[in-house]
Amino acid sequence: MYAYDEIDRTLVNERVSEFRDQVKRRLSGELTEDEFKILRLQNGVYLQLHAYMFRVAIPYGTLATNQLRALAHVARKYDRGYGHFTTRQNIQFNWIKLAELPDALEDLAKVGIHAMQTSGNNMRNVTSDQWAGVAPSEIEDPRIWSELIRQHTTLHPEFSFLPRKFKIAITASDHDRAAIKIHDIGLRLIKNEKGETGFEVLVGGGLGRTPFIAKTIKHFVHGRDILSYIEAILRVYNQYGRRDNIYKARIKILVHELGIEKFSREVEDEWQHIRNSSLQIDDEVIEDIRSRFTYPAYEKLPHMPDELRQAAADPDFEAWRKNSVAPHKVQGYSIVTISLKPTGGPPGDATAEQMDALADLADKYSFGEIRVGHEQNLALPHVAKRDLPALWKALDKLGLATPNVNLITDIIACPGLDYCSLANARSIPIAQELTRRFANHELANLIGRLHINISGCINACGHHHVGHIGILGVEKNGEEVYQITIGGRADENAALGTLIGPGVKFDEVADVVEDIVEAYLALRERPEELFMDTVKRLGVEPFKERVYATR
Amino acid sequence: MTSPLEQKKIKIAGPSIVTANRTWDGIVVYRTAAKSWSADLSEAAIVRNSDEAKALLAESVADDVGAIGPYIAPVQVGADGKIEPGNLREQIRRTGVTIGQSAQA
Repeated sequence: MYAYDEIDRTLVNERVSEFRDQVKRRLSGELTEDEFKILRLQNGVYLQLHAYMFRVAIPYGTLATNQLRALAHVARKYDRGYGHFTTRQNIQFNWIKLAELPDALEDLAKVGIHAMQTSGNNMRNVTSDQWAGVAPSEIEDPRIWSELIRQHTTLHPEFSFLPRKFKIAITASDHDRAAIKIHDIGLRLIKNEKGETGFEVLVGGGLGRTPFIAKTIKHFVHGRDILSYIEAILRVYNQYGRRDNIYKARIKILVHELGIEKFSREVEDEWQHIRNSSLQIDDEVIEDIRSRFTYPAYEKLPHMPDELRQAAADPDFEAWRKNSVAPHKVQGYSIVTISLKPTGGPPGDATAEQMDALADLADKYSFGEIRVGHEQNLALPHVAKRDLPALWKALDKLGLATPNVNLITDIIACPGLDYCSLANARSIPIAQELTRRFANHELANLIGRLHINISGCINACGHHHVGHIGILGVEKNGEEVYQITIGGRADENAALGTLIGPGVKFDEVADVVEDIVEAYLALRERPEELFMDTVKRLGVEPFKERVYATR
Repeated sequence: MTSPLEQKKIKIAGPSIVTANRTWDGIVVYRTAAKSWSADLSEAAIVRNSDEAKALLAESVADDVGAIGPYIAPVQVGADGKIEPGNLREQIRRTGVTIGQSAQA
């Protein structure tokens, strides 16, 4: 966990007071909506279909139990008893009242949570691997660097009015769980031949109406230079990024139009001006941030405790363990992913009761720490293996032990037309139907790893372009129509999916997915060949033929 | 969301209303003939041509404290005068999320 210092606390508290005054002036009419809009957006407040929506940042996806309880409190007191975890380590509340928002922010500020820069054309929440600090193959904890960037960019005047929003993600493992290649800047923490920490820097990734996979702009930037290098990228973007057309304003368009070579030359020129400035990071600064992260006092525990050996006889426990439990860097411990994808439920939602109970479980079994992943699931990062059976039973009672992590029903979906003012089509009911269609966990396990992503409009908040099966809802002649892609992925081998054919109607989507899955099961050469391997081997044609043969 | 600015060239194909969200709490509201806002669609003022729509929208935009983001939306008016939303988006805004409903017809 990271412990805020006095500067952080003062900044967050002052921001609450400032926003309270702004809301008061808005409600009295002293501020018009045009004047107020940018202020509310800078505090994570959108207007959606039914109400205001309030987006709260969970920097690099790390939450303490008192913070999760505070989120539960906001859900219960100011909203309708639940929150929605997003694809960028935020949580959204869908029914908040503007008049009560300052009180909600004040309650969150007491535990160091805020909503700064969760909206608007600025540097958004810096995201990272939800397994940061505990993943076995990790080079070092990427949250140290995430925190450095968070501190530097929070309320930074040069980054407060960018051409468009700007998102950074950091990973420090070979397997990318932070989806860095679909971010404006993706950072992959590496070591050079001298053993020094640095980053491969990628730029220009993003989805939306013009999707691009990020390109490597520099193979190694030393850790001490990372702020100046990021700043150089942002300065080039600030100077050349388009402000005349919102659809062409993201950095990915600039990188694409200039070409990565020219763009990198511009960045290099700018960097030479600033790299030896005060932006160069002293080791002491990094060590100070590192010292503010506390790590558990792990016990020396056996690799295979008796409790786990005995529980292995229970097939239900084993089904859950197989998908939800991952190796930890410390022997005797595990990382437990908690599925927020129950059969028939909206992906990513958690009730206030679940959040409170999960906080209790995290105190009991995970050194008081919870993580939030971009897949819209939660994780307990430090669970002793001996405690896994007891934890599983407790999670099951809360409806949080669905054994579907990384399987076909572990669906990423945006709020869609049920909540979002930008959406053209519904996402959540499609996800719900698919979780019912593939509710048989034996079937889901037989299918194996398969990610479905659903977006309710071209803005792609459900990351449909990078779903193994991607579903995009559009509106055509007043009806919801869904375009299906296959072959996308968001990991270290990130790729955009390929459209398989004409769109299908709302009530045909689950049938089409079933057809694709049946085709895969028939086409795969052996059970170990994953869906993505079959698509890579055969292309989209066999799937297209199967889907459209009778349509 | 369709903003009033995007609706400068207002053309309506049938009976329409002006809808927005109430400023203090964000709930869905409809502009009434009495120049106020109501959460009840049956109290919405109906406009049937572009000039009427423009006038109703202009009056709604002017009430910046009462509601935000006003725009024109289609409705269907039954023979008995009952007003129903004219598209799925407005249906969802009126009756709430559909996430309890099966995607299968």
